[in-house]
Amino acid sequence: MKYIVCLKQVPETEGVRINPETGTLMREGVKSIINPYDLYALEAALKAKEHYGGQIVVISMGPPQAEEALREAISYGADEAILLSDRTFAGADTLATSYTLAQAIKKIGNYDIIFCGKQAIDGDTAQVGPELAQRLNLPYATYVHKIGIKDNFLLVERNLDDGFQTLQLSLPALLTIVKEIGEPRVPSIRGKMRAKKVQIPVWTAQDIDAKAEKLGLSGSPTRVVKIFSPPSRGEKEIFTGKVDECVKKLYDKLENVLG
Amino acid sequence: MIYPLTEEQQMIKEVARRIAEEKIVPQRAELDEKEEFPREILKEMARSDLFGISIPEEYGGLGFGSFENCLAVEQIAWGCAGVATSFAASGLGAYPILLFGNEDQKQTYLPQIASGEKLAAFGLTEANAGSDAGGIQTTAVKDGDSYILNGTKQWITNAGEADIYTIIALTDKKRGPRGASAFIVEKGDPGFSFGKKEKKMGIRASTTGELVFEDCRIPKERLLGKEGMGFIIALRTLDYARPGVGALAVGLAQAALDEAVKFAKQRKQFGQAIIGFQAVGHILADIATQLEAARALTYAVCKYIDTKPRDFSKYAAMVKLFASDMAMKVTTDALQVLGGHGYMKDYPVEKMMRDAKILQIYEGTNQIQRNVIAQILNKEYGKAK
Repeated sequence: MKYIVCLKQVPETEGVRINPETGTLMREGVKSIINPYDLYALEAALKAKEHYGGQIVVISMGPPQAEEALREAISYGADEAILLSDRTFAGADTLATSYTLAQAIKKIGNYDIIFCGKQAIDGDTAQVGPELAQRLNLPYATYVHKIGIKDNFLLVERNLDDGFQTLQLSLPALLTIVKEIGEPRVPSIRGKMRAKKVQIPVWTAQDIDAKAEKLGLSGSPTRVVKIFSPPSRGEKEIFTGKVDECVKKLYDKLENVLG
Repeated sequence: MIYPLTEEQQMIKEVARRIAEEKIVPQRAELDEKEEFPREILKEMARSDLFGISIPEEYGGLGFGSFENCLAVEQIAWGCAGVATSFAASGLGAYPILLFGNEDQKQTYLPQIASGEKLAAFGLTEANAGSDAGGIQTTAVKDGDSYILNGTKQWITNAGEADIYTIIALTDKKRGPRGASAFIVEKGDPGFSFGKKEKKMGIRASTTGELVFEDCRIPKERLLGKEGMGFIIALRTLDYARPGVGALAVGLAQAALDEAVKFAKQRKQFGQAIIGFQAVGHILADIATQLEAARALTYAVCKYIDTKPRDFSKYAAMVKLFASDMAMKVTTDALQVLGGHGYMKDYPVEKMMRDAKILQIYEGTNQIQRNVIAQILNKEYGKAK
């Protein structure tokens, strides 16, 4: 089995402030981390490797410093890492990103499962995973919290608003992973020592045979028109006092509203 | 204080700290309350390579020494002394094999212990053999290609949870301590079972129980070293393990200091944070000072052990004695800083105080440590004349 995990390095959102004039993120001095949902994707791949054997390749598109995130992934137990980095990749929206990742994954080849986080905590679009599946013409499932492989089929459970759904997919396939897959493990000492020494190849646009017009800003139809803080959701009321009384008040209120 | 650590030592410390923060602290109160063995946490530690730190690379370990092992034990104990005890006890059970095992025994058992796939335990204490280890009554009688063990070991950490046990038993009753030998016994050996599981005051996430041998037949190849070497093996094992108790005490005391300072900064009485009162500040200052002294001694002795000196019994005893007395005092004082809150289970400090007590008792009571130190002093000064 060969598993590919797509990782994104993101600013730690707790530390991010918004420039009140431009409405853009102020990234200076903010620590970079692996997108937390991608850590769940990596954990899913590590679990799959423990159960079914195989090899994990982690890829990330980003600036040279994204190498750090890939080294961290090695410390968790990934076998190989590839950084996709090229000036022409910069300014990519989800369409251009999924194109770049798809080109790289085609070059890696012979994969069985691609794991993505359900979304990144900076853009929050949750689009790259499904777009990538489309580009590679793969069956896919989003919001997956449980994985099994049986008779060469993938059996997954995915979160829905009102329950969960069990799906059977043929391999190869792409999955986007949610928190319920289980808390990420702690890196191992051997993993950390390996991460320190490992050579991480950097693939450019040329290496992945990418068309310039589909990359980065020029390949991105998305235009950011305006960034604003969402308006407050209206009035709120906080009940204080004894729990029984609060529950009673809340009940009466709901009864009023719902009729 | 910042101790200069190599990059690898720093990694070991970081991995152990993350396990303590992310996997142990959120669960420690429940494990304590339910007296539950931390199987999942130990698995996590195994996956992170912590069980192999001081086992040589040729036997599947990382090939580091006492110091690196203590860095890990300290951080795990910062999270929970019960989990740290379960972890350190596997190392204790491995030392006799590591120090006195033949090549076959090392090849068979050490890789399983290093990977954490199997836990080890050490069995010396009996109902009539505590501080006086010479009082052991468990026997091992040679019978053809086997030894047959009979007797009961008491208060054994990891009893029933471990797969590999190193046991001290008498092969020659007439010779007293010189008639003791060390054996490897495996869970599942015929005639080997587990008796009473103890209910304890502290370190309740660790399991303590009886090992029962009833005509337990083991192949003669399980003898460690030679017949009659049992006590030498036991004493040497304890020499190696005692600095681990020191590290455990340091980690536990650090956790108590962290809680006490955090509380004293946010707790307001008489219109101010209580850390501003000299009476509280001085307690914290004493805790921090004693803690650093114990840490310095622990690190220094571990590093000395890693130079492979012929004899370090005195220093191993000093670390165990000093650090565990420190931890008992420090956790008691830290609880005092929290006042009534500290006595309640809503805060972790009462658990820390309960956990600290055993450190003055197990792996040789602190009175025995003083005996060891005094006897060696007597010998050293005798020679100098």
